[in-house]
Amino acid sequence: MSAPARPRKKLVEVKNLKMHFPIAGGLLRRKVGAIKAVDDVSFDIYEGETLGIVGESGCGKSTCGRAVLRLYDITEGSIRIDGTEIGTMGQSSLRRMRPAMQMVFQDPQACLNPRMTVAGIIAEPLEEHGKLSGKARLERVFELMDAVGLNRNFANRYPHAFSGGQRQRIGIARALALNPRFIVCDEPIAALDVSIQAQVVNLLEKLQDDFGLTYMFISHDLSMVRHIADRVAVMYLGKIVELADRDALYERPLHPYTEALMSAVPEPDPALEARVERIILKGDVPSPANPPKGCNFCTRCPKVMEICHRVDPPYREHRPGHFVACHLLEADSAAHDQSAGSTGATPTNTSIQQGEDA
Amino acid sequence: MTDASMQPSGTPPPPAEDVHDLRPPRNQWWDVWDQFKTHKGALAGMIVFISILLFVTAGPWIWAVDPGLIDIRSRNQGSSWAHPMGTDQLGRDILARMMYGGRVSVAVGLVAMLLGLLLGTLIGVLAGYFKPMDGPLMRLTDLFLALPLLPLLLILVTLFRDTLEGMFGQATGVFLLIVFAIAITSWMQTARIVRGDVLALKEREFVLAARSIGTPSRRINTRHILPNVMSPIMVSATLGIATAIITESALSFLGLGFPPDFPTWGRILYDGRDWIEQYPARVVWPGVFISLTVLSVNYIGDGLRDALDPRIRGR
Repeated sequence: MSAPARPRKKLVEVKNLKMHFPIAGGLLRRKVGAIKAVDDVSFDIYEGETLGIVGESGCGKSTCGRAVLRLYDITEGSIRIDGTEIGTMGQSSLRRMRPAMQMVFQDPQACLNPRMTVAGIIAEPLEEHGKLSGKARLERVFELMDAVGLNRNFANRYPHAFSGGQRQRIGIARALALNPRFIVCDEPIAALDVSIQAQVVNLLEKLQDDFGLTYMFISHDLSMVRHIADRVAVMYLGKIVELADRDALYERPLHPYTEALMSAVPEPDPALEARVERIILKGDVPSPANPPKGCNFCTRCPKVMEICHRVDPPYREHRPGHFVACHLLEADSAAHDQSAGSTGATPTNTSIQQGEDA
Repeated sequence: MTDASMQPSGTPPPPAEDVHDLRPPRNQWWDVWDQFKTHKGALAGMIVFISILLFVTAGPWIWAVDPGLIDIRSRNQGSSWAHPMGTDQLGRDILARMMYGGRVSVAVGLVAMLLGLLLGTLIGVLAGYFKPMDGPLMRLTDLFLALPLLPLLLILVTLFRDTLEGMFGQATGVFLLIVFAIAITSWMQTARIVRGDVLALKEREFVLAARSIGTPSRRINTRHILPNVMSPIMVSATLGIATAIITESALSFLGLGFPPDFPTWGRILYDGRDWIEQYPARVVWPGVFISLTVLSVNYIGDGLRDALDPRIRGR
């Protein structure tokens, strides 16, 4: 099902990733349940592309990003980076894989050690992995500072002396230090001013072109994801509900949650803004410790059906490259199967035909 | 006035900044020293502390009087050129006794503080960073906090005094015993403070960032966590010296520490206590020296703590 429709190479393959955090309770602090922060998530990231991950806060985006880099010990599933399985790898062997995968953090203030100079911060990955001597290392630090647009004179300063955007650049320079191929950007722009957001996003795009990077771009800013991502995954309550090419997802969302999410994007034109029909979801997100039976979205879905309360919809490719988990589409494709008729076409074939029609 | 004087220095042409472009990163200890120098109290404290160190180390060479020499005819004298701080009830020169006594007191204070600090920091970091060790180590800390200090010291002294004296000689043996006894009974506060700070620090994103880089736990601790718990460690270090000097004098007083003829500041203080009404100077001198040491170390610690924090530095 996940056979690539494109000749491009898969750099990251995530299959059935689960990250459950135990809840300890009672007198003896025994495990009484689990927060299902990421629950059975599968996706691939192709080399050189940007996969955007969107969703409301608390849906597991950041946890997913951290789990992919194995900053957590995952509960279940498989993560392959460039063909190497890292899901079950020990931390010491993982250390050798670290140069290939790096992370840019959400809070540029918190992710820099206040007691280290900028040069020290950027040089840390080089010290840990590189064989560079002191002088060459410093030269590399200067190169990186140039690459992210920081003045070389800032090398001796401490993080508190910088603005948010500059700090984020320091964080990006640190992530770039080891020439990684894959970078998880965990809401890198959420803590920045709008004007600085644009600078940082443009910097990320430029670096992607220059160094051939692959990004997993986590954000709740839908317009920014539309700008930077090639493909977009929408998460709800620990699951990916829809994953598709950016344009397909933004133009014609298939999942009701994505529809609601897209309708919430502000429209800059006031004339159009007045006519935008917003889909207002009722109620709150259920607790990830106790998700509803059946489809996770069934408690708030405007198009909820009886089956949604019983059966968890399968996450399937309904059109080429367009993965959705929703019973509405199951019904659709079933109907399509019957009408397409007698040639015994598999659902895959059907969906490809659909795609071509579209 | 200020504006006019600011004007020339405030507007250097931007290219001028690029002149020192490739200046290599400066060793951060120079920044620390620069900041330390601006803290007047710390600087004064350091001068006082160095003077005290010189007094107790180099002093006996200049004032070459045997502190144990008993001259019963010149007992209980006040200040004079022959005895600048007077003499005690046995006619021993108090200045010489202060110098020799200071050696022991300062050495006990410093070594016991360092030892206690090391132990406390180690246990605090281990308990804070490695979750499975938290419970056992903190219960151990509680255990030590609950132990009554004096009976413990009594047992320590009776058990180990003779053995240590046999191994290292009388003075060194007692010194080791006392330093060990003070350290083992004073590390708990440090451990608790450090553990609390480490617990908070290890959840910060820069520790996560270090982990994503692949920094092993031991270097995360030395590079990211320890420098950030420096402030509370500094504070408990400076307080620790004071406590150690005072505990040592209490021990000597109880007959558990150094032998009676062996001068330490604490011992001189307690010896002078009986004569406090006739000869107050005999209590004042050791008291002043103990206070000065403690105060100067406190100020040094205060200055160091500020100088080590880059956010305060340069203000």
